Amino acid sequence: MHLTDGERAVLDGQAGDAASLAMSVLRDIGAVFGAKRLISVSQVHIDTTLYMVDAGVDFAEKMADMGGQFTVPTSLNPSAIDLIRWKEYRTPPDLLENSRWIEAAYLRMGAAPTWTCTPYQHGLIPRFGEQIAWGESNAIAFANSVLGARTNRYADLMDICAAIIGKVPEFGLHLTENRRAEILIQLIDVPEKCFENTAIYPVLGYLLGEIAGDTVAAIDGIPNRIPVSGLKAFSAAAASSGAVGLFHMICITPEAQTTEMCFQDRPPKQVVDICFHQIQDAAERLSSAAVPAVDLIALGCPHYSFPEFMDLIRLLDGRRIGGSVEFWVFTSRSAYAWIRDCGMLKRLTDSGVTVFTDGCPLQYPGQSWKFSAAMTDSAKFASYCFSQTGLACVFGSLSDCVETAVSGGRVRRSIL
Amino acid sequence: MTDILLTACPVVSGTAEGPALVSSQPISFWGGVDPHTGRIHDPKHELFGQSVSGQILVFPHGKGSSTGSLMMLELVRIYKAPAAIINIRTEPILATGPIVSRYFYGRSIPIITLAPEDFCQIRTGQHLVVNASDGFVCIRDIP
Repeated sequence: MHLTDGERAVLDGQAGDAASLAMSVLRDIGAVFGAKRLISVSQVHIDTTLYMVDAGVDFAEKMADMGGQFTVPTSLNPSAIDLIRWKEYRTPPDLLENSRWIEAAYLRMGAAPTWTCTPYQHGLIPRFGEQIAWGESNAIAFANSVLGARTNRYADLMDICAAIIGKVPEFGLHLTENRRAEILIQLIDVPEKCFENTAIYPVLGYLLGEIAGDTVAAIDGIPNRIPVSGLKAFSAAAASSGAVGLFHMICITPEAQTTEMCFQDRPPKQVVDICFHQIQDAAERLSSAAVPAVDLIALGCPHYSFPEFMDLIRLLDGRRIGGSVEFWVFTSRSAYAWIRDCGMLKRLTDSGVTVFTDGCPLQYPGQSWKFSAAMTDSAKFASYCFSQTGLACVFGSLSDCVETAVSGGRVRRSIL
Repeated sequence: MTDILLTACPVVSGTAEGPALVSSQPISFWGGVDPHTGRIHDPKHELFGQSVSGQILVFPHGKGSSTGSLMMLELVRIYKAPAAIINIRTEPILATGPIVSRYFYGRSIPIITLAPEDFCQIRTGQHLVVNASDGFVCIRDIP
């Protein structure tokens, strides 16, 4: 891979030790994956933000200690905890301490304290065709597919290196030819009224991820009225059942205004049909078997948006959460400020809903909360829930989640 | 019997020697391998319960979350990493952890790729020499 004189000087340490290390990593990754050069990115979203292992704290701290500074606008994925309401979140002291170390290191390097997995909702939003370097699977799929920005599925640690240098090796989804769809997915005999229930979108995303794996697929037959929250849920689901960095929705997403456009005028390598019974089957597979009652409703995976809070308030209609059910919604600090300042937060808390920022429901401190089973409107949460939290999980529509909560946790499901 | 020499494509440079641990299934280092012990802890995986530490870990390709790179860095940090990795196809997420660890901890996990027909010759327990700098794997003829 060719490095310019300036890039070579950074490699040689003229911009400090952190930049030299970061440049070494970019050069090696670029050389292995056939990049000819580095290209500038306008912004970075860092995924390496959740405390999981000590190497994560170690890397962020030492890069900051070595003088690492982010040279492009950089946003942060969720912390392991709500960094503001950590007491209400019953955060164990060691988890709080490690999360604070990570927070301090990133803020020292100049990151924006966004702490959200939905940087595309509030924050540093890229335009069509913009070259960016994002971590976090749902955000990558959304940025590439819905916004038409260009990012690879950046690994943890690589995201930090990209933010320090402000460049990435040019390969993969940064290049037009690799954004061509290979698989065409067609919806067969799906009744139009099914799309009135927005729970269909995460289920379809989940199916696309299973079919596509790590290739680019295009799906035909999604109605044009799909809301942004549907595109978000679809992206998150596709990126959890498959290694999906980019999908195309024909006549909806920007690189797929026509079928020919997303296949770049070549025929699909494979055509796959999805029938209605496969959608019903996928919706069933997203739930653990035989869960009659739940004591946690977990929404906000990915973080809830202002329109989703509006839907929730409309469905709750002033009713209170029943029994001992905890009703949690995770969101960003900016969406939180909006719902607080317009009075929506008070209506939610009056109903018994708890809104957390910064954190991730898949990483809640299980030792502090003794839940038996969870319910969610997120296919991503449902697919990772058991492996990450040990809880059985029921997947349902937002309306199902609300009715279950109001009835004290007895599961109500009416989806699809 | 004699040694078998296979030509390999280097991904992450370095050399290693040790016993092969072979799986025909992809491996995710996030959710698939316990970052504190180095054991495969995905109950659905055919190597469930086995330790990857010090092994030449042989599997077709990686899968899963982009956090896998951080988990590999942790395994290097606590000296529980595989001695080397042999794939058919290595994706960027799998290569990132070993590349970062070389510069950050001064130790790495060499990775090479083999053609599918050569990959199939390796069996669990065989003694392997991996040279990811010159690009070869040697299956040693040790009785």
